[in-house]
Amino acid sequence: MTTTESVPAPASARAATSRPLLAVDGLGVEFRLRDARVRAVTDLHLTVRAGELLAVVGESGCGKSVLAHALLGLLPGNATTTGHAVLHESDGEPVDLITCGQRQLARRVRGRLVGLVPQSPATALNPVRTGRRLLAETLRAHGRDRADADQLAVDVGLDPADLDRYPHELSGGMAQRLVTALALAPDPALLIADEPTTGLDRPLVDHTLDLLRRRCDNGAAVVLITHDLAAARRVADTVAVMYASRVVEHRDTDELFTAPTHPYASALLDALPDRAFRPVPGDPPMLTALPPGCAFAPRCPHRTDTCAHPPEPTPVAGGGTVACHHPIRTGANP
Amino acid sequence: MTSTPHLLADEVTVGYGRQVVLDRVTVRIDRGETVGLRGPSGCGKSTLVRVLALLHQPDQGRVSIDGTAVSAVRYAVPVALRTRVAALFQSPRAAADPRLSLTDLIAEPLRATRTPEAAVRERVTELADLVGLTADLRSRRPHAVSDGQLQRACLARALVHRPDYLLCDEATAMLDASTQAHVAAVIRDYQLAQQAGVLVISHDQTLLERWSDRIVDLAGTAPART
Repeated sequence: MTTTESVPAPASARAATSRPLLAVDGLGVEFRLRDARVRAVTDLHLTVRAGELLAVVGESGCGKSVLAHALLGLLPGNATTTGHAVLHESDGEPVDLITCGQRQLARRVRGRLVGLVPQSPATALNPVRTGRRLLAETLRAHGRDRADADQLAVDVGLDPADLDRYPHELSGGMAQRLVTALALAPDPALLIADEPTTGLDRPLVDHTLDLLRRRCDNGAAVVLITHDLAAARRVADTVAVMYASRVVEHRDTDELFTAPTHPYASALLDALPDRAFRPVPGDPPMLTALPPGCAFAPRCPHRTDTCAHPPEPTPVAGGGTVACHHPIRTGANP
Repeated sequence: MTSTPHLLADEVTVGYGRQVVLDRVTVRIDRGETVGLRGPSGCGKSTLVRVLALLHQPDQGRVSIDGTAVSAVRYAVPVALRTRVAALFQSPRAAADPRLSLTDLIAEPLRATRTPEAAVRERVTELADLVGLTADLRSRRPHAVSDGQLQRACLARALVHRPDYLLCDEATAMLDASTQAHVAAVIRDYQLAQQAGVLVISHDQTLLERWSDRIVDLAGTAPART
């Protein structure tokens, strides 16, 4: 019934495996610019279990992609990180992705333990190599047979014949499927997929989402970063809603979609075309000038003076957390 | 052809090289209605938008605006005719000139048609307010704003000449739910106020059903390419 961690994770029915694979604890990322500081991730706590598919959703510019890059040590030099993100490998020492250093990341983590499907595939592919050669290189580096390339292509919904093309000969959707195949080649324990369905039409979106879901059902973990709430609802076990560098609500998918408790999560769901189709009022804040308290307060219908203080993530009945002084309570909560 | 004023692609055929993308496709958009267009990747949706926006010359067939056949494309079309149709595309990053501030981006089509500067400023302010761009955002260039903010500027630019027809090619696909609802709301308000005809292309069935008056399937009109 109860979890023993400081921040209780959503009690998901689908993610039955209880061992946390990744525990992010107080992660912060700040960029130093010439005349400003940008806080892209603030005091972020998350756990991802083996077999769990976590979707991170939120408006563009809320810090979703920075989170992905921080976990892989891919941030540019003007970034400073704080906090911890401990990855528990099944047979090996736990590794802190934030503090372990570039050498460890390169030799042990990237690709092998944590895979990344990057956001813009067109810029992630070496333009002078064919898809087949790129895949063969990755497969060989991880001790797999290069003949597996065809099967990987089929898995992601790419015609194996298209592997013999160069990146510039691929459409946006084909390039997207190729980078997904590249990330899957080493079979990482944790896959971070940053908008992996960009440029794909509906059947291929569903195909890719099902592929991610199957990975989780086979025991791997996936962090799906997406702006597509319908996609998150379809495949995720838990959903973390980010707003202005913070996770404001992290709950079991079905519970979040039926009874969101954070006013921002609720307003975001109301923007869906099958709901009110009404935008969140107001504009998101600039990350260079975040208010000291709750960043959503200026747009929030429930704000009070208390909101000048930053809200801490607190447990919600039924599992999960919400960071709000005035969470929405629903009587119809089953 | 006495009927509601409409934008018509009449028996349009387009090919790139040997590949036929549109094969005798007819699509009609009446003033005052929103038409949803769907079909698999590569079935020619975007090509159809380019043809209707007078950016691409069809191999056969023709486009007509309110019954006037248009045989030319781009700058060969008289200004009064080509400003009747505007288009909004999927990627604002690819569409927007990175050197222009958002204000200049919105103003450019007016300046191109030699509108007096005072009128330009008035219209740009009006539109920027309509799409919800603050004065601070308007002074920035594309690299300093988000995709959603840039797409809103592109929408303001598309509306600057008060087009009778607006074509939206996956214009909200890369936007978060809130920005998508905002852009759609601005377009619907404009469509009602102006009695404009709107074409919406999307892969999102729910969005099409919510947004459009009727939905046209492009699948089957051309051999699908994967």
